[in-house]
Amino acid sequence: MKFKFGIKEVVAAGIGTALFVALTEIQIPLGFIPNTALQPRAALLAFLSAVFGPIVGCIVGLAGHALGDALFYGSVWWSWVFPDALFGIGVGLFASKFAITEGDFTGKNLIMFNVVQAVSNAIAWIVLAPVLDILIYAEPANKVFAQGFFAFLGNFIITLILGTLLGVGYSKIGAKTGSLKKED
Amino acid sequence: MAGRVLSYEKKDTWIHELSGVTKLIFFLAWSITSMISYDTRVLVVMLILSIAILRASKTEWRQVGTVFKFILLFLVINVIAIFFFSPYQGCEIYGSKTVIGHLFGNYYFTKEQLFYEANIILKYMTVVPSVFMFIVSTDPSEFAASLNRVGISYYVAYSIAIALRYIPDIQDDYVKIKNAEAARGIELSKKAGLLSRIKNTTPILFPLVFTSMNRIDVVSSAMELRGFGKNKKRTWYRGKSLRAADYAVIAFAVIFCTAALIITFRGGSRFYNPFR
Repeated sequence: MKFKFGIKEVVAAGIGTALFVALTEIQIPLGFIPNTALQPRAALLAFLSAVFGPIVGCIVGLAGHALGDALFYGSVWWSWVFPDALFGIGVGLFASKFAITEGDFTGKNLIMFNVVQAVSNAIAWIVLAPVLDILIYAEPANKVFAQGFFAFLGNFIITLILGTLLGVGYSKIGAKTGSLKKED
Repeated sequence: MAGRVLSYEKKDTWIHELSGVTKLIFFLAWSITSMISYDTRVLVVMLILSIAILRASKTEWRQVGTVFKFILLFLVINVIAIFFFSPYQGCEIYGSKTVIGHLFGNYYFTKEQLFYEANIILKYMTVVPSVFMFIVSTDPSEFAASLNRVGISYYVAYSIAIALRYIPDIQDDYVKIKNAEAARGIELSKKAGLLSRIKNTTPILFPLVFTSMNRIDVVSSAMELRGFGKNKKRTWYRGKSLRAADYAVIAFAVIFCTAALIITFRGGSRFYNPFR
């Protein structure tokens, strides 16, 4: 597990948060469920957590969502901020297993990444977000569970496509561990 | 870009003079209280106070207008959605049912539902001015420095400083990349279908993310070379220590919010019930 919080993580959390906030702009509305959209920033959060670990994931999810909400929408919907932090932690906990920076993000690791993101997404959006909505805002249960379910579906799909592609792309750019060979 | 997003603007008011941390504490206490409380009386007082505070910070309509219209749209959609998903949520909460009109089928307007939804709007509206005040009156670099002054690890304070510092840069990059891709014929507007819109975000997302990953490498190497993290403490150029006014505001926030919560829960539940 990557629990280190060194210089690289400081910068990654900072620039990652900025990136997350900037990506708030790209929303692909699902149309039929109010205020729920496909968010490429969810894929970014999964990717950053998978590369830099749970602490960076938590900061980017928490600060990124809160700041993005505040800057773009002028208010912070806290019951949806914490699920993003939880999602970042969830994916980040398995960061070392995905081996993205080692250039080995293929086959088994790739499936593992998507299983982890699916489970983290489900806990965050089908369980935590609606429960917080009910506890904090006393909104109708059927509405928030419908929203939560579609948020899960949207984030799962976008991470499945864009998150995986980001991981594969970045894994190819980075140097592979053990790619240096001793000359005969 | 500038019109779309809230941003800091230097002005000469006592609110701008306060430390960023004071404003953060105020904002957090304020939003937590308005989140928990469903007491209409408390919420109305909070709304009036927060509008007064927003005026004291000399915030102008041109700074927040676009975002405010957006909030209203979001709010209207949400309120309508609540009604259609659960037209009798209010009746359940307040334990009575006073029908005042008929829409269609099983959808009746009730006084309780209207009151409940008015409370939701009120809750939302009490937080908005405090967010506006916080964002437009807090200097990002001063804020990060002040965070460290009040005891938050300077690693974390620095992360936040970097985030605030790079948001405009990355937004610029985003616009440049988007325009470049649009010039090459990538369709991102509503005209394209759902799947092709997902596909069409990749030519923007990839360059943006990968240049940012590069940036992370460059910036962290630069910081490492300058010996970041070597010492347990660091000094800040823009830091402000807390002054009397800061302590007064923090004390006010804590006392007010505690009182508000006590008043809210005195009736046994967090809902103020005028129907009993």
